[in-house]
Amino acid sequence: MSKFQQTLGKSGQTLSLFFVHIYRMSVLVIQALYCIFVAPFRGKKLRWGATFVQMVRIGVESVPIVAVIAFSVGLIIAMQAAYQLKRFGAMIYVADLVSVTMCRELGPLITAIIISGRSGSAIAAEIGTMKVSEEIDALKTMALNPVGFLVAPRMVAMMIVVPCLTVLADFVGIGGGFVLAMTNLKLSFVAYFNQTAEALYAKDFITGLIKSFFFAIIIAQVGAYQGFNVQGGAEGVGKSTTTAVVVSIFLVIMADLLFTMLFFSTL
Amino acid sequence: MDEPIIKIRNLHTSYGKRKILKGIDLDVYPYETLVILGRSGCGKSTLLRHIVGLNQPDEGEIIVKGVNIVTASEDEKNEVLKKIGMLFQSGALFNSMTVGENVALPLLEHTPQDENIIKIMTRMKLGMVGLSGFEDFMPSQLSGGMKKRAALARAISMDPDILFCDEPSAGLDPIVAVGIDQLILNLQSAMRMTTVVVTHEMASVFIIADRICLLHEGEIKFLGTKEEMKQSNDPYVVQFLERRADEEHLDPDKYLHELVGEP
Repeated sequence: MSKFQQTLGKSGQTLSLFFVHIYRMSVLVIQALYCIFVAPFRGKKLRWGATFVQMVRIGVESVPIVAVIAFSVGLIIAMQAAYQLKRFGAMIYVADLVSVTMCRELGPLITAIIISGRSGSAIAAEIGTMKVSEEIDALKTMALNPVGFLVAPRMVAMMIVVPCLTVLADFVGIGGGFVLAMTNLKLSFVAYFNQTAEALYAKDFITGLIKSFFFAIIIAQVGAYQGFNVQGGAEGVGKSTTTAVVVSIFLVIMADLLFTMLFFSTL
Repeated sequence: MDEPIIKIRNLHTSYGKRKILKGIDLDVYPYETLVILGRSGCGKSTLLRHIVGLNQPDEGEIIVKGVNIVTASEDEKNEVLKKIGMLFQSGALFNSMTVGENVALPLLEHTPQDENIIKIMTRMKLGMVGLSGFEDFMPSQLSGGMKKRAALARAISMDPDILFCDEPSAGLDPIVAVGIDQLILNLQSAMRMTTVVVTHEMASVFIIADRICLLHEGEIKFLGTKEEMKQSNDPYVVQFLERRADEEHLDPDKYLHELVGEP
């Protein structure tokens, strides 16, 4: 076989593997959505206890880190905006820039990236370890569906908690802008508040929340998929965990691009 | 003789290009203990995984309690699985749950019982395997033998008709291993189960087996009772019983070819 044929064969294999991954992941998404939205009406109730535990782990425990990072990002945008706007003497528009960017874009995105790193990886590691130690097989032989048992609670928790964290990030980020405006820029509180209220429309806020809802699905699914995909032992778990974070951040940003394009041209 | 509770016909399976099982035909009758014996890598665990529906065969049929596991729908399969207990080689207890929660899980998920009744049943099952009072321990706090016992309690929590054990004595010292074998025997007579045990421990085979099935390279080499096995003069059976290592065949030409890498 010539070198050219070998290269062609290898790239063909990689490409077909890529489609296999996409196919399998879509199957997992459909199964999970079935377990969440259809199965409860057919007598297989969602495990709310486990869902609540996951909500605490993914949501409550992420509050400090999300708040600190969102606050810093709010401050950063405010400073960058002030740097540009100073030249036009239009300092008050810092309020517009910070609030709109936070709500439309950075609030949802930062939250999704933090949660990918914190909880997407945790989901992959947990499910991966369970697979390695035959716990997934044990579930199957007990006539329990691993997707319903493990993925559904995590996915529901994500879908509830990530938009909530996004709201928090939005407000804390805007708060960061406020702090800079009050201290360094010497703007009056009332003027800045009014400017923010005027700049923000409900749609800015809502498009951000729609995005974050889909980011939640992406993070939960990529984590779960990578977990089920673990091969070998501890090394495989580590590899899948890393892949889960990289892939989910990549997909989150791609999805963000898609949504922003959609909202930019329509709303 | 009764109708077999598990019927396997012409089962073929492979991992990639490597053939693992080459046409297995096997019947398991109600209330017997069948031991599937063979050396590591002969396909015995794979056979077990096929019977409980964890793997899909290339061809053949596996009928458990009248349902063909290979072609059954998810719901049909689950109905059969609810009447099956499986003890995994590593125990496979859920590490995030206490021992009690592990044992209670199938009951909570599959029976409409009140929580207090489930608690009582969990304690009963743990008592049967000699782990009374351990329900609030985490699996990581238990020793290897205790983990196996806890896993066994979970496997029998739904009062199964068939119990599968994958290498129940693997990784245990001989005294604990005999304890587990004895426990399997006791449970079997107390709960009137059919038991299928996969092992390579000759010591446990003669304690628990009613019938023995010896696998070799994906085929059944021998099937019969302990006495029949002892009287068999099949060279492989004799080798297994005498625990003799394979004789090495010296073939200088073949060795040279292997080294050079030419066929």
